[in-house]
Amino acid sequence: MNGENGTRSYTLRIWRQDGPDRPGRFVEYPVSGIDPNMSFLEMLDQLNEELLRHGERAIEFDSDCREGICGTCGVCIDGRPHGPVPNTTTCTLRMREFPDGATITVEPFRAKAFPVVKDLVVDRSAFDRIVQKGGFVSVNVGSAPEANTVLVPKDVAEEAMDSAACIGCGACVAACPNASAALFVGAKIRHLRLMPHGQPERRRRVLSMVAQMDEEGFGNCSNHGECEAACPKSISIENIATMRREYWLALLGLL
Amino acid sequence: MMRNGELHSGAPGGPIETKWERHKGSLRLVSPANRRKFDVIVVGTGLAGASAASALGELGYNVLNLCIQDSPRRAHSVAAQGGINAAKNYRNDGDSVFRLFYDTIKGGDFRAREENVYRLAELSLKIIDHCAAQGIPFAREYGGHLANRSFGGVQVSRTFYARGQTGQQLLLGAYGSLMRQVDAGQVRILPRREMLDLVVVDGRARGIVCRNLVTGAIESYAGHAVVLCTGGYSTVYFLSTNAVNSNATAIWRCYKRGAFFANPSFTQIHPTCIPVVGSQQSKLTLMSESLRNDGRVWVPKQPGDRRPPNEIPESERDYFLERMYPAFGNLVPRDVASRAAKAVCDEGRGVGPTGLAVYLDFRDAIERLGVDVVRERYGNLFQMYKEITNEDPYQVPMRIYPAPHYTMGGLWVDYNLMSTIPGLFVLGEANFSDHGANRLGASALMQGLADGYFIIPYTLAHYLAGNTLGNVTTEHPAFREAELQVRQQVERLLSIRGKKTVRELHWQLGRLLWDRVGMTRNAQGLREAIEKVRELRQEFWENVNVPGSGDDLNKCLEMAGRLADYFELGELMCRDALEREESCGCHFREEYRTPEGDPKRDDERYAYVAAWEYTGEGAEPRLHREPLRFEVVQPSARSYR
Ligand SMILES: Cc1cc2nc3c(=O)[nH]c(=O)nc-3n(C[C@H](O)[C@H](O)[C@H](O)COP(=O)(O)OP(=O)(O)OC[C@H]3O[C@@H](n4cnc5c(N)ncnc54)[C@H](O)[C@@H]3O)c2cc1C
Ligand code: SF4
Ligand code: FES
Repeated sequence: MNGENGTRSYTLRIWRQDGPDRPGRFVEYPVSGIDPNMSFLEMLDQLNEELLRHGERAIEFDSDCREGICGTCGVCIDGRPHGPVPNTTTCTLRMREFPDGATITVEPFRAKAFPVVKDLVVDRSAFDRIVQKGGFVSVNVGSAPEANTVLVPKDVAEEAMDSAACIGCGACVAACPNASAALFVGAKIRHLRLMPHGQPERRRRVLSMVAQMDEEGFGNCSNHGECEAACPKSISIENIATMRREYWLALLGLL
Repeated sequence: MMRNGELHSGAPGGPIETKWERHKGSLRLVSPANRRKFDVIVVGTGLAGASAASALGELGYNVLNLCIQDSPRRAHSVAAQGGINAAKNYRNDGDSVFRLFYDTIKGGDFRAREENVYRLAELSLKIIDHCAAQGIPFAREYGGHLANRSFGGVQVSRTFYARGQTGQQLLLGAYGSLMRQVDAGQVRILPRREMLDLVVVDGRARGIVCRNLVTGAIESYAGHAVVLCTGGYSTVYFLSTNAVNSNATAIWRCYKRGAFFANPSFTQIHPTCIPVVGSQQSKLTLMSESLRNDGRVWVPKQPGDRRPPNEIPESERDYFLERMYPAFGNLVPRDVASRAAKAVCDEGRGVGPTGLAVYLDFRDAIERLGVDVVRERYGNLFQMYKEITNEDPYQVPMRIYPAPHYTMGGLWVDYNLMSTIPGLFVLGEANFSDHGANRLGASALMQGLADGYFIIPYTLAHYLAGNTLGNVTTEHPAFREAELQVRQQVERLLSIRGKKTVRELHWQLGRLLWDRVGMTRNAQGLREAIEKVRELRQEFWENVNVPGSGDDLNKCLEMAGRLADYFELGELMCRDALEREESCGCHFREEYRTPEGDPKRDDERYAYVAAWEYTGEGAEPRLHREPLRFEVVQPSARSYR
């Protein structure tokens, strides 16, 4: 039932884990007085205020921009990375999406390559190490030609932007039954494959990024499509197809 | 640098067009083989930090690069939406390096340095070239050329953009370059670290002390120079458009080690943010200024008119920006637009449940351009607005209100971007340098990248080559002393175990500063605010509750440390605003205005940068002045009417 001024109450089941090598468990917390316009993280803030007032340790979770662009936030809500609403990050998810009285289960993104740091916080530095292996154009400061000397058709730039929009949150990995990072890697490959500036390094890029992805312990992609459904930035599974094609062309020496 | 008791930028004399070229020509170099002998610590991985660290890595220096986030790619710059300026004049609409320079000097209400601003305008050209070469998918015309749009305070189209995600794309470009240098072994990244002190040896910056945010370990790093790129401090107001981890801690601790803090009260209040809705709100969301290209700002003519917007006929609407500023209309600069919005709300004509909002209406744009064009231009912003407010801006006008957004104030730096502590350089929003009393849209990204890609590589080399820097390791007693201080503060915060939460106290401080050093200020309010900030600060140290330990991830502890600094900074902001008895740009002192109500500058008495020196706990800070000389643009009343 709705509380005062249309506020809502929930039962939260939240994963608590003291540290990387410590056992974790679900703990139940009732919350009330939740304004439906609040974001999911503001709801957690409110719960934390309660815990702190009672001298308890706050629930640790990551966030920064709180507007869906930095990729810092991200938890599994009722088993779904970033929760039930498509194309939404955890920080932009609103409590109006949850019926009053619901029980909501909250856990960290789970994947071998993303070890838990504490409570809902995980370590996604594996993504950085993949980008390190070629997710860029090798251009030194000072050596660029006048910008308009390289033309990029409008639709190509738009398509590249669709892929470049990835925020590196890792929801695709958490959603995948194999914990594959193919969508994340595919998005970078496709972005740079489409831009003329990315052509010279195509071969090297795809081979070394894919090798690093395997090295980090991400699983193989077997076309479940869960990644695309969980992605807050609508990164299409087409990106994975592009990556595969690039990979085979590179292996066959056709790039 | 000080001369006759005054601060000076150290830029060369002579014609402004060639100052930077001539200056570069006079700077010392470090030969390629010698560069690897130098360790450089870069703090921050936003546009300023990532560009600096990658550029220095490319040159062959050993770079250590730290950030608070779990990955460098998440630094706050990633949130910038609207765009980045460059004087390319691709539109053939009269733009030039000089005009960008002129607009920026005027936009900053003649409180910025001419030589810095000219250099910024000049470098803007190279920035776009470099970013395009990184493969950033900028918006394009059908012919494949780069596209542009307009931002506030200017009459040309010079803003480059990548949908509403320009900051993200520029940062990912810089982050890519950075990761390339990591792979090459030139840069080492330390994520989830918070710098908590600067180590000064023999008067020079020689290292930092930071806390490992995962293990709680207090770690020291030594180097030959420290480059701070730690961003702005709008979160001092609690509610702002900045990311929740934005803070002033790094620059504040450097201030306490002797770096001067310039114009601390110059904070930009952005006119187009989504209004506050609830008491639990954690931050405010910006709606990009680019929306004012096509959106029209209005309120009802009648105070207290509660009708839904679509039922208010044209004749009863007041398009107040277009009425008051016909030359610039909805695209007046931010300070002007913000104050105008506040004024109509103060008259009781504000809209929405709180009365603290004005409309930003796209009805006419949709009619003129069609919904598809509007969607293409602003689709993701409209979607963001809808997610937050549950209202569809294609159908009903957006509601917007001003919010703290950007801090023009920061550590004082000379023309080489070096602070008053030799060897400590400050880049990006963390310094005070280029925007005077008000920043024009799309110029912060430009400044961060100019500083990092194109200035620091030259000026740092000059410093390293020109000084004999002895070997200093983390075994030096200065490191022990700084570590001890840091440790003691952590322990003190954890031992108070009072009754108030960090958030409650931060909210209180923020409210106070928003009321007293926000959009308008006056002497009495500022004097009272200084007292109140002190009371709150005392309450904090007696009654805050920080549970948990210092030995692992503890965000409450992190926030408490940042808030402790904000109390001190808040007081300095009030002091700075009180000292400046004029109105300029964002700094609107109610006592100093023209008969039309416009801000009234006082160039006789206040054409200077106010740089504050820390003189010890509880002691009054000392004010130093850097006189501003206008040789190219004569200061005039800044009119957008
Ligand atoms: C919502 C929004 C939209 C904007 N849109 C635009 C726009 O369209 N155009 C424009 O020109 N400008 C825009 N701005 C302004 C612009 O984004 C910022 O001024 C700029 O990105 C700041 O860059 P920076 O590199 O100086 O700092 P930041 O990007 O803030 O980076 C700071 C870095 O320092 C690190 N750091 C901070 N403190 C510490 C510490 N103590 N120890 C270790 N690391 C630390 C952080 O982890 C981070 O890596 C916008 C700002 C906001 C808030
Ligand atoms: S592909 Fe989507 S889900 Fe995966 S990291 Fe990128 S934005 Fe997140
Ligand atoms: S906090 Fe930045 S995407 Fe959620």
